[in-house]
Amino acid sequence: MSENTVTASHRRLTIRVLRYNPREPGSEPRIQEYPLEEGDGMTLFIALNEIREKQDPSLVFDFVCRAGICGSCAMLINGRPGLACRTQTKNLGPEIMLAPLPGFELIADLAVNTGKWMRGMSERLETWVHTREQEVDLTRLEERMDPELAEQIYELDRCIECGCCIAGCATAQMRPGFVGAVGLSKIARFRLDPRDARTDAEYYELVGDDNGVFGCMSLLGCQDVCPKDLPLQARIAYVRRQMAKQGFTRG
Amino acid sequence: MKVIYSDVLVIGGGLAGLRVAIGARQRGLDPIILSLVPPKRSHSAAAQGGMQASLANVTRGIGDNEDVHFADTVRGSDWGADQEVVRMFVHAAPQAARELAAWGVPWSRVRPGDREIVANGQRVTITERAEAAGLIAQRDFGGTKKWRTCYVSDGTGHAMLSTMGDRAIAHAIPVHERKEALALVHDGSRCYGAVVRDLTTGELSAYVARATVVATGGAGRLYGVTTNAVICEGMGHALALETGVAPLGNMEAVQFHPTAIVPTGILVTEGCRGDGGLLRDVDGHRFMPDYEPEKKELASRDVVSRRMEEHIRKGKGVKGRFGTHLWLDITLLGRQHIEHNLREVKEICEYFLGIDPAEQWIPVRPAQHYTMGGVRTNHTGESPWLKGLFAAGEAACWDMHGFNRLGGNSVAETVVAGMIVSEFVADFCQRPENRVDVPMGLVDDFVRREQGKLDLLLEGRGSESADALRSAMLHVMTEKVGIFRTGADLAAGVEELQGLLVRSRHIGLRHKAPGANLELVVAYRTQKMLKLALATAYGALQRTESRGAHFREDYPQRDDRQWLSRTLAFWRGEDDTLPTLEYEPLDIKRMELPPGWRGYGAKDYIDHPDTAKRAAEVERVRNEMAGADRFAVQQALMPWEGMLPPRFRGRNERVGEGRA
Repeated sequence: MSENTVTASHRRLTIRVLRYNPREPGSEPRIQEYPLEEGDGMTLFIALNEIREKQDPSLVFDFVCRAGICGSCAMLINGRPGLACRTQTKNLGPEIMLAPLPGFELIADLAVNTGKWMRGMSERLETWVHTREQEVDLTRLEERMDPELAEQIYELDRCIECGCCIAGCATAQMRPGFVGAVGLSKIARFRLDPRDARTDAEYYELVGDDNGVFGCMSLLGCQDVCPKDLPLQARIAYVRRQMAKQGFTRG
Repeated sequence: MKVIYSDVLVIGGGLAGLRVAIGARQRGLDPIILSLVPPKRSHSAAAQGGMQASLANVTRGIGDNEDVHFADTVRGSDWGADQEVVRMFVHAAPQAARELAAWGVPWSRVRPGDREIVANGQRVTITERAEAAGLIAQRDFGGTKKWRTCYVSDGTGHAMLSTMGDRAIAHAIPVHERKEALALVHDGSRCYGAVVRDLTTGELSAYVARATVVATGGAGRLYGVTTNAVICEGMGHALALETGVAPLGNMEAVQFHPTAIVPTGILVTEGCRGDGGLLRDVDGHRFMPDYEPEKKELASRDVVSRRMEEHIRKGKGVKGRFGTHLWLDITLLGRQHIEHNLREVKEICEYFLGIDPAEQWIPVRPAQHYTMGGVRTNHTGESPWLKGLFAAGEAACWDMHGFNRLGGNSVAETVVAGMIVSEFVADFCQRPENRVDVPMGLVDDFVRREQGKLDLLLEGRGSESADALRSAMLHVMTEKVGIFRTGADLAAGVEELQGLLVRSRHIGLRHKAPGANLELVVAYRTQKMLKLALATAYGALQRTESRGAHFREDYPQRDDRQWLSRTLAFWRGEDDTLPTLEYEPLDIKRMELPPGWRGYGAKDYIDHPDTAKRAAEVERVRNEMAGADRFAVQQALMPWEGMLPPRFRGRNERVGEGRA
């Protein structure tokens, strides 16, 4: 087991942040520059907190888990959507540009309202298992499921709703009603789940249009930036084939 | 002033809060959830390893049932738990797991036939039963006799929260996001709701409800190194404490998880050890069997954490760039297993340590992980001191964990307590005498008072730095109220915290914006957190014994004679600098499992005079009823079924056993 070596001198970083608070009178979008000495193992979570504490108490950003699992801190890092908390500064150049995730309502500076967007998407696509029975007898043995199928469902359930796929999607930038990879992968997930009683005809009602699966231009931006490496493109393609079939049967 | 009415105000949008709201909705009530963040971003998502429920589907779980889960939990708690509440919990846990299965959680399932596992450093083959094929699988976890931990790969909490969050949307339950409750509205005997701050605009409003439920999770951020998310600052605990009438229970009971990565404190799941991972020291030696020959790496968390620190004190730690640590070795599990069943662990190692855990050992050291203490409630989840105030999950002390919680029991508690407490909340709301005649003058006073506090921070002449006070508090808690405690350290720590609390009344802000303002949030939360820190430190100072996670080097024995009691911390006067402590005795005469040795850890304890008598009585009943079914024996020893809401009383079916 080799120990990490001690770095003698640290880089001087320049962190530039696109700042704007729409609720603050007189606030204009601007780029603010913060010089910062890099620390060992420094992440953007550590860097931004240090800036807020030591340099600029007015800076606004969102972090929750700081471990790459909750999806709160997605932002544009040198123009690319990603999770700030698990981005190590050592993997970036000395000049770092941070901007809020596009496609979502801006709260202030680097904080955006992904929660509101995701709730709207969930309500529209009804992203829950539509059970067959109203009440299940919870004292009885659970319904069985094939272990491989359970794993496949979990594979799609790993989405953390961070919004990176929306920020990385050309359709979503042009068409505000587009449900994006996050929405379409959820449809794939529920369609795969035998507990969900919905039929393809019903899924077609939800995503069989340009705000749904036919809006995707297959540019793969979503999959490129997904922090959880979800197989988004394959899933969207699969949903599209099923929905196209459904479209034909309708004539 | 905006006033928002609902039947049930649920503060906190994690698993417990969501499940309470869903239960209330199913009973025909209108709940509103307040959440600091979108619910799916709650810390519940971080529960990687799994949820305990005695389904007994896997081979190594055969023979598991409520009785075994009960005994493991009580032993784990070091006899601090309320045994009736533990009984309610273990009975409803299988139902909660099955409910989540019906709602869509993709639980890992049993694959029949042979498979290879790693146990005690050896590869062994076990055979899963054909009759259990496709049922929910269980894995091994610390402090359990049977494999009982149901899991979804290593994203259990995430999958549960995702399903539960979506279920709340299915029920059209409103979630008011980015809202923070600052104070409970009450008149000293009845709670009417809360004063709530919008974190984006800064606006205050009043939420008035028949029942108010605190489900805000833990207070890990009282410590410098914690596995908890940054929002786990104990604000729900503070809501209750600051009423002056509702106390917190057992705040000195703080769990340290053995395997947090160094230096960030990010958790790697207990599933690593459950699946066969080992702890090694600077020489690469596997040291846990030297201390705990029976349970080894899988003794309870308090015991493993102490053994690790003890080993480090002997000079066997690894001196790394970020401080001293030990190694967690999961290389022996193989790449396939790690990339499949421990993928979150692999990602954490890659992103935060730059290592490949299939090839390299993981640097770990114990870090704060769980707050056993919480808003003291009875078995219904209601505070006996403040009518209409309920609590559930980590924020509550109802009290099923006592002085140490078992792995997998907390995420289970969130959903089980959510199920049970929601029924009691609904019962409460549906009783005609509990309709609220809103005393609007009172509501007004509370809103004005909170606005006054904020104005003082924003416009006052204070000169203290909120961030500096916060880091001083973290330092005191880490150094003086940690895994090993002494009277001298604790006394010094209490004094320092009192000084910080007094100074926190003179915080001045550099940034004066009333809306989105992180400095303002740090300021008012630090004021509240210092009270929680004092409840923790002062409770630890007074408790001159060692029990579960509370370990006093100057009083290393568990002392049932003096301390078989629950600590209650009240904050009676606003200008106080110490909580008022009272103690609630635990009644051995009613215990199904009288105090004894836990099966791991020190064998050294001082008995209570009633223990021997009760143990003999239990023994007698068991002998007299030899041959009777286990339910009858249990009922004879400690009847509890009447306490559980009727819809959860049915007997749990298990494969091959029916409902026996």
